[in-house]
Amino acid sequence: MTTVATTPRGGFGYRHPRLRLAGLLTAPMLWLVAVYLGSLGALLLTAFWTVDDFTGQVVRDLTLKNFQQVFTNPAYYGVILRTVGIAVLVTLLCLVLALPLATFMARVAAPRWRPLLVALVLTPLWASYLVKVYAWRAMLAPEEGVISWFLSPLGLDGPGFGFLGIVITLTYLWLPYMVLPIYAGLTRLPNSMLDASADLGARNGRTFRSVVLPILFPSIVAGSIFTFSLSLGDYITAQIVGGKVIMLGNVVQINYVVNLPFAAAVATIPVIIVLLYLAAVRRSGALENI
Amino acid sequence: MTLSRGTKAVLAVLAFIAFSFIYIPLGVILINSFSADKGLGWPPSGLTTQWWAKAIENDGVREALWTSIWVAAVATLVALVLGTLLSLALGRYRFFGRESISLVVVLPIALPGIVTGIALNNVFTTFLGGLTIYTLIIGHATFCIVVVYNNALARIRRLGGSVEEASADLGANAWQTFTRVTFPLMRSALVAGGVLAFGLSFDEIIVTTFTAGPGITTLPIWIYQNLFRPNQAPIVNVVAAALVIISILPIYIAQKLSSDDDRGAGVM
Repeated sequence: MTTVATTPRGGFGYRHPRLRLAGLLTAPMLWLVAVYLGSLGALLLTAFWTVDDFTGQVVRDLTLKNFQQVFTNPAYYGVILRTVGIAVLVTLLCLVLALPLATFMARVAAPRWRPLLVALVLTPLWASYLVKVYAWRAMLAPEEGVISWFLSPLGLDGPGFGFLGIVITLTYLWLPYMVLPIYAGLTRLPNSMLDASADLGARNGRTFRSVVLPILFPSIVAGSIFTFSLSLGDYITAQIVGGKVIMLGNVVQINYVVNLPFAAAVATIPVIIVLLYLAAVRRSGALENI
Repeated sequence: MTLSRGTKAVLAVLAFIAFSFIYIPLGVILINSFSADKGLGWPPSGLTTQWWAKAIENDGVREALWTSIWVAAVATLVALVLGTLLSLALGRYRFFGRESISLVVVLPIALPGIVTGIALNNVFTTFLGGLTIYTLIIGHATFCIVVVYNNALARIRRLGGSVEEASADLGANAWQTFTRVTFPLMRSALVAGGVLAFGLSFDEIIVTTFTAGPGITTLPIWIYQNLFRPNQAPIVNVVAAALVIISILPIYIAQKLSSDDDRGAGVM
């Protein structure tokens, strides 16, 4: 500080806190509420409109026709089930890979290596999403891919493009989101609690089940929110490594030009599923962990 | 829980497998960029640097790179301003609707990209008469606000109000307090948030697809357009490899920043 005011002035901003708050909020609120929430609201409204089969024009009459079509046509609810199945599988696979990795990072590796290991987990998050999916195209390609090459001496072929390819690729994409919260949870885990468990006669397996897992549960849920919801909305991965397999996002993407109301209705489904999931896990306290 | 030697060895092996899973595909990308073949075939029949030379001279790639940098820079700037304003409002005031606002900020990255994408696309084409580079920037800034906001809010909470009160007691007005006290203390958090926002925008493909005007090609869009063209595969491989190498940069910056920040500069 070079100069000090001689008389306390307070200033306009301090005398009118409400006005100052309004000044801070006006621009961001115009952007987020008027532009963004407005767009979402318009999209939701569109979901209840239809398209005239002959003219292709949007008919602005409220109807549930789009949702009826999604839930009664087996082709569409098949896609819903498949998409949820993929998201669940991806979440479980991420968990299976992340638990030992995070345990190694937090409990086995020397503390001075931890920042490096965290950086090693984080770096792929910064590598372009599209590049990572493309990398898996090179890995999964039938006959000429890396996995096929690796398995061919055993007389096996790789999974190729399709359901399994999507699951592997999405697991790859979202794995760091599962590792980091579990790692953070494990570093917070007090040693005294583990010692107490051992003193009371629990072996490692029992300590893991009865002490570590319950404490880690909110971290796991926090990670699963990412892996689950990011998988639900994805469509690029299916386009690149999915072969003929499509997910909910692909249905939206295919329909949005010709039938926006139907695409809008389909787009609400992953949102509703994620909101249901969030409501279900809310009580675990995981939402404060993100 | 004292882990036995055996358990530790098993965990080390599993961690090694997980790290291999993470890094082998990235390694394949790097090697493929030097492949003498024209496809994604593995293993490469030979190595060459000719594709790197060709990619650097490629006008499409260069233009896409500049578009990406330009869009990410403007979107980051907008996000920095709006995110800082929001964090000051929510970090320093209690008011009706505060919780709802903090939810609205997160929504653009919490919802699937395709939902944000078609929602904005619908409104832009209906009310703004079409898509341009500005609609793309609006789309990107919308999901960048949250990362700036998160970093800035965490810092404001940690600072507490006492330094600002001291500044006011010494006679500074609100603007002086902001420019001389609050902002300098927030600076490293804003840099971290800005780096994150830039990275997020630079990498984004889904919202980009739905909000970019015709002919506007960012780098991810360029990759996407050329992904399925067999004769472009060598150039795509080089661009992909370059992006993998560049991704080390923000991690490095974040590690530098974390020296004055106890939370790893909020890299997530």
